[in-house]
Amino acid sequence: MRITCPYCGQRDLAEFAYGGDATQPRPDEADLDAERWAQYVFSRKNPRGWHQEYWQHLHGCRAWLQVTRNTATHEIAEVGLPHGQ
Amino acid sequence: MTTLDPIMRYSAFNLFKQGLRGHRGWPLAWRAPTPAKHYDVIIIGGGGHGLATAYYLAKNHRVGRIAVLEKGWIGGGNTGRNTTIVRSNYMIGSNVDFYEWSMKLWEGLSQDLNFNVMLSQRGQFNLVHSDAQVDAARRRGNVMRAHGIDAELLDAQAVQEALPQLDYRDSARFPIYGALYQGRAGTARHDAVAWGYARAADRLGVDIIQNCEVSGFEFSGERVVGVKTNLGTIGAGRVGVAVAGNSGRLAQMAGFELPIESHILQAFVSESIKPCLDHVVGFGAAHFYISQSDKGGLVFGGDLDGYNSYAQRGNMPILRDVISSAVALMPQVSRLRLLRHWGGVMDMTMDGSPIIGPTPVDGLFLNGGWCYGGFKATPASGWCFAHSLANGGHHPLATDFTLERFEKGLTLDEKGMGPRPWAH
Ligand SMILES: Cc1cc2nc3c(=O)[nH]c(=O)nc-3n(C[C@H](O)[C@H](O)[C@H](O)COP(=O)(O)OP(=O)(O)OC[C@H]3O[C@@H](n4cnc5c(N)ncnc54)[C@H](O)[C@@H]3O)c2cc1C
Ligand SMILES: [Zn+2]
Repeated sequence: MRITCPYCGQRDLAEFAYGGDATQPRPDEADLDAERWAQYVFSRKNPRGWHQEYWQHLHGCRAWLQVTRNTATHEIAEVGLPHGQ
Repeated sequence: MTTLDPIMRYSAFNLFKQGLRGHRGWPLAWRAPTPAKHYDVIIIGGGGHGLATAYYLAKNHRVGRIAVLEKGWIGGGNTGRNTTIVRSNYMIGSNVDFYEWSMKLWEGLSQDLNFNVMLSQRGQFNLVHSDAQVDAARRRGNVMRAHGIDAELLDAQAVQEALPQLDYRDSARFPIYGALYQGRAGTARHDAVAWGYARAADRLGVDIIQNCEVSGFEFSGERVVGVKTNLGTIGAGRVGVAVAGNSGRLAQMAGFELPIESHILQAFVSESIKPCLDHVVGFGAAHFYISQSDKGGLVFGGDLDGYNSYAQRGNMPILRDVISSAVALMPQVSRLRLLRHWGGVMDMTMDGSPIIGPTPVDGLFLNGGWCYGGFKATPASGWCFAHSLANGGHHPLATDFTLERFEKGLTLDEKGMGPRPWAH
């Protein structure tokens, strides 16, 4: 697998660290509902197919990225910045 | 439905008798039945866990007709892909006694199933490489001993006597301080576990249906009453899911989410060499474990690839990582050639511990979240899951393995990694 960092270009997987699922919305800090927090922290759609996920270009520019990757084929469709920044 | 001769016991006498006839008289080890319209219990997934569940359900409980539905061939999932290490060195909650019960079942399994699962209790050394790791090993060993499980803390000299082939030079990248040793740990033959349980379950009347993929559930109101498959719809009183890395997909079909992510774990086998490693060895400076198979290949593995995946193959960085651990521990292996490597899809939970019991959907039960350590759990997992399917609720040995433990803050995080399943 190679990931094309928007700053550094196409780089080997070994330069990146995984940050996990990017789809669970983080509850508001003031939200005290345990169920919503449990959903955010623990619950996963875990799809076989396209997956929105975070990666950090750890051994490169260190930017956090949001990647659209297929979990069945490892194909990467899109690399951008988190939350469409 | 194919009918077969009553299955012949595997014994020295029958081996001799069949030998006289050129071994042409052995009956098939299990039938290949066409599915009935309805079963009292359907188990989805014909890996070790599904087959063990069916066996203990038929043996220990009275529930009527039982079927195991397997989308491919039995034992073709993680059961047939793992590095076969069997141990019971856990220290949190249900893990401790559950894995020890599994070890006890392993110790009698070949006799119980009348099938040689080739359990080899060659002992496992978990190496430690710093004073802090010595303390952690002592603590783990004490927890184990307090639960009646064998554990010994060995110093570097004792380790060197048993394992002279490791790197003990002062220049070693990670000097060996000692090891936590479990003498009853070892390995078992993975395929034999699937085949032995299948044959024994079949003998008790369980229908094992291969090439039967479940693609959805049938509901009556809120309750699951059957499964949709490529061989048609099959009705069920209760349904148990034991599909390892595919747990999330089955949960999605039933309409809920799990605290599980699917990740790849790779395993590696070297070319065959003469016996050089009598034990299982776990490296403490990185995640790495190694043993030698009966064929002579060194069988080893390490960390997950570390990103969500359903592909049964991994990438190169982990290969490099695992091989560097191998060479740091046993420098002489640098001259070996790698024969094969492959991957399996792991059901990684958010705390690294499993789930066995009811789900939010009535009539549907889950056995999953085995991470990369579920082979050793196979007997106890089947034992406890059979209890859940027969009686509802949880087996007393599995009371902590609930789905609700996450929202209740009762996670069982042996490694202390937090909710990052790729780090467990
Ligand atoms: C490389 C590697 C090394 C490992 N090393 C060890 C080790 O040393 N020690 C240890 O204890 N554990 C180890 N494990 C973990 C262990 O292999 C697993 O936890 C255990 O074998 C899981 O057994 P199972 O029966 O739950 O799953 P599986 O054997 O994967 O069985 C699940 C079955 O479900 C079937 N299935 C899936 N979806 C469907 C569907 N929709 N319909 C019908 N059938 C379906 C699959 O085809 C599969 O056969 C390792 C795993 C891997 C991959
Ligand atoms: Zn970059």
